[in-house]
Amino acid sequence: MKTLSVAIIGMGSVGQGVLKVLAGSKGQYPAQRTVIKVVAVADSKGVAVDDKGLDPGRVLKEKLNGDLKRSGQSALDYIRTGNYDVLVEVTPTDAKTGEPGLSYITAALSRGKSVVTSNKGPVALQYKALTGMAREKGVHFLYEATVGGAMPVFNLLRTPLAGNKVLGIKGIFNGTCNYILTRMASEGLPYDMVLSEAKELGYAEADPTYDVEGIDTALKVVILANTAFGMNVSLKDVSVVGISSITPDALKLAADDGYVIKLIGEVRPNGAERVLKVSPRLVPKMHPLSVQGTLNAALIETALAGDIAVVGKGAGSVETASAILSDLLYIATTS
Amino acid sequence: MDLELKDIPGQLVNALVPISDAGGNIVSVVHHHAKRTPRGTIPIQVTFDFEGDLEALKFSLESRDIKIGRVNEAKLLEHRTVLIVGHIIHSDIRDTIDQIDQTGYAEVVDLAMSMPGINLKSSARIGISAEGKEEARKAMSLMRQIARKKDLLVIEPINSEDTQ
Repeated sequence: MKTLSVAIIGMGSVGQGVLKVLAGSKGQYPAQRTVIKVVAVADSKGVAVDDKGLDPGRVLKEKLNGDLKRSGQSALDYIRTGNYDVLVEVTPTDAKTGEPGLSYITAALSRGKSVVTSNKGPVALQYKALTGMAREKGVHFLYEATVGGAMPVFNLLRTPLAGNKVLGIKGIFNGTCNYILTRMASEGLPYDMVLSEAKELGYAEADPTYDVEGIDTALKVVILANTAFGMNVSLKDVSVVGISSITPDALKLAADDGYVIKLIGEVRPNGAERVLKVSPRLVPKMHPLSVQGTLNAALIETALAGDIAVVGKGAGSVETASAILSDLLYIATTS
Repeated sequence: MDLELKDIPGQLVNALVPISDAGGNIVSVVHHHAKRTPRGTIPIQVTFDFEGDLEALKFSLESRDIKIGRVNEAKLLEHRTVLIVGHIIHSDIRDTIDQIDQTGYAEVVDLAMSMPGINLKSSARIGISAEGKEEARKAMSLMRQIARKKDLLVIEPINSEDTQ
């Protein structure tokens, strides 16, 4: 049995999901001959550390009760000096600066520590530098949770589809938009009304701009472009149109001709005619990307295998944690 | 394409081989064996998809002693559906359609509209047929340009960027 000591930075929805998953399994993964031990958890209030291992269930309970004991150390100090094998960086995304995640990830990689993250900012902004640093230090930098939550994309490209030239990827990468469009189409309701409903159900943020104007999808397009195609692009290179001007009439006209409308992110390197865009598109009702509700879906066009489609939950605490766990076990079994 | 065949065995195959050799995809063949022409030949109607040199095909059929009657060319083979949302009427839907039709390689063949109220945004579903895949791509790109100028949202089909 191998023990992997992890430090979890960020205790929002994803961080709590990781703790919940590890509490459930007691950190035991016999199929991978691995034990995952949480040696530190950090949030904006400080760091709780125990080199012998914290009890994830108890940390979670104390965090929710507000009586978790933390040392005065900052997260960054701990990352620079603490004893851990892998940094699990699950702080919120800042699309413009990537901070604070970017500093955390850089600090860990420069010490030769592997990093697993769900934070889109650093991967979209500094993918090349961060993977370069990881390669130089001989450690892993994994980010399965950044695109499509629980839905496997990078893992799929890395192993099952290895050797296939990927021609293009398009998909639904934002559950909020998909929920809104699905409800508008099925109920014939206007955009504003469905958006309020999505906010009440917790499917949309109080300020939904980031989701509905396509920025979140665009970040994922950037991540796919840079990681799967080595394109070295940033958010400003993506042509972005959101869903806020879609009308119930448009959905009805589409439905009358056998289509649904979905917010699609598409990346296709294709030389000078590269495609890098986020826009509402007409999708035939029987198409693999015609998925309902908050689901995400990706269609990967490959040279040998043809089209491969994956569908899954694009967000959610435990669902996203499953992607983090998969990256952690990959590190445990390959290093 | 209407053809006239001699009433001797093997003539139907004799007529279809050049079409298929030229890359034509035969959709249907109607053989009017009972309806003999005054010349004693048998009329057949062949429908096929073909993007090659039509004159060369006609020559090849005629050189096999097949008489060619009517040739009904339906040139528009590729179809795309696109939605537009915005002030469609005020931004002159007729001009939008004319601009596509005037390309010579594509035309608007279907239009469905919905106008919920005077100052509200309208939506329209437009069917465009084009001569081939490349022409369809060009028509979509023109549609995009028109929409940008007129401040309309274009909802394109999922496969519009495919290059194959």
